[in-house]
Amino acid sequence: MAGRLYTKSHEWLTLEGKSVTVGITDYAQSQLGDVVFLELPNPGRKLEAGEAFGVVESVKAASDLYSPVSGRLTAVNDKLAGKPELINSDPYGDGWILKLELAGEMPTDLMDEAAYTKFTESNS
Amino acid sequence: MVDFGGWELPQQYTSIRDEHLAVRKVAGLFDISHMGRFKVTGAASHDFLQTLLTNDLSRIGAGRAQYNLMCNEAGGILDDLVVYWAEDGFYVVVNAANRERDLEWMRGHAPSTVEIADLTFELALIAFQGPRADELLPADGIDDLPYFGFRAGRVGGTDALISRTGYTGEDGFEVFVDAGHVGKVWDEILAGGSAKGAVPAGLGARDATRLEAALRLYGNDMDESVNPYEAGLGWTVRLDKGQFVGHDALAQVKRDGPKRSLVGLKTAAGDIARHGAAVRRQGRPVGTVTSGTHSFFLGHPIALAMVEVASLRVGETAAVEVRGREAAAEVVRLPFYRGSARSAAVPAQS
Repeated sequence: MAGRLYTKSHEWLTLEGKSVTVGITDYAQSQLGDVVFLELPNPGRKLEAGEAFGVVESVKAASDLYSPVSGRLTAVNDKLAGKPELINSDPYGDGWILKLELAGEMPTDLMDEAAYTKFTESNS
Repeated sequence: MVDFGGWELPQQYTSIRDEHLAVRKVAGLFDISHMGRFKVTGAASHDFLQTLLTNDLSRIGAGRAQYNLMCNEAGGILDDLVVYWAEDGFYVVVNAANRERDLEWMRGHAPSTVEIADLTFELALIAFQGPRADELLPADGIDDLPYFGFRAGRVGGTDALISRTGYTGEDGFEVFVDAGHVGKVWDEILAGGSAKGAVPAGLGARDATRLEAALRLYGNDMDESVNPYEAGLGWTVRLDKGQFVGHDALAQVKRDGPKRSLVGLKTAAGDIARHGAAVRRQGRPVGTVTSGTHSFFLGHPIALAMVEVASLRVGETAAVEVRGREAAAEVVRLPFYRGSARSAAVPAQS
């Protein structure tokens, strides 16, 4: 999808106006294995870029989630509480994790799809 | 793919959840060729194994297998293994990570008349496990094979040793076949079984199913610092059979009573207690988690913990460390789940 950006900690984000949608990448979900639980903050909270905001628990391990941008949390995906497997089955769609209202500028160290693919290949 | 004792193994083929549920409801096919396979031959083989292992081989006979332990002089568990009593010797299946150490230990204790061959790289081993494994395995003459019984036969037209054993709590078979033919046998099993829901299953499903059945994993739930009584495996120690390595130390443990024991814990959704997590009872540390995962089949996380003996009783609540905080854990009876393993055939072991 055009416009999707990626972090080195394997989150993805899209930007519409000031609204940022965040999830974890297909590569991340394949490495984690079956996701069984997410620990997420409540809407309203302010997050800094790079701040750990939650935990994704898979059968294999618990991994921290990091906010790719600074902003105020406007929504979390309620469906994940009952169906955490959406992270595995549809990481870029129904498996989105949260929405933020961007504060300030977008970070400059985000990757586009080609750069992220190259990044994961050099890491595996 | 993950590295497992030097073998590359899939954590999952498609999804741990789907594979796990298939093993519980239909059947899953596991490649367990990473496990060490030895053949012990020579006239003194039987007596040698009797003095090396804790269980009593005289309780079985040719065509039967036995779960067994190999301990050091201090009674610490060196490995858990299965011995298969064949017409022409004994097959011994050990954990992958211990293969070389076991072989050295066994050869170091064997009399010159006993030969121990490492067949790991020429004889493959696959496991077909699930309540419908009996119906779906393409082999004749397995219906009357008792639990922990084995015999020579053909699977999908290929010569094999077929054993009614496994590590999932379900009925099922472990199939020994020439490494050169294992791909064909694997394909034959799935060719018939996949339409009924049988699937290839990876390490993730293997770990989850063995943990639900409370089958101990060497390296997690026990190691050299743990004795069989602590691991809840006292039933494999037959002190009355005569001398064996570790006998006197284990007799002492039995007299004094073990200081620790393995217990089962159940936690709320998302609270997966991992290996090494601290367990407390009313604020006091009583032990650590040895294995933990989310059980897709039971719908909640489960864990085994090695704790001070009698510190936690079934029905009580303990606290367990999850992601740096304390989570409530209910002490539950083991196993967490009893599958079809013993209902399919009469158990050989009493």
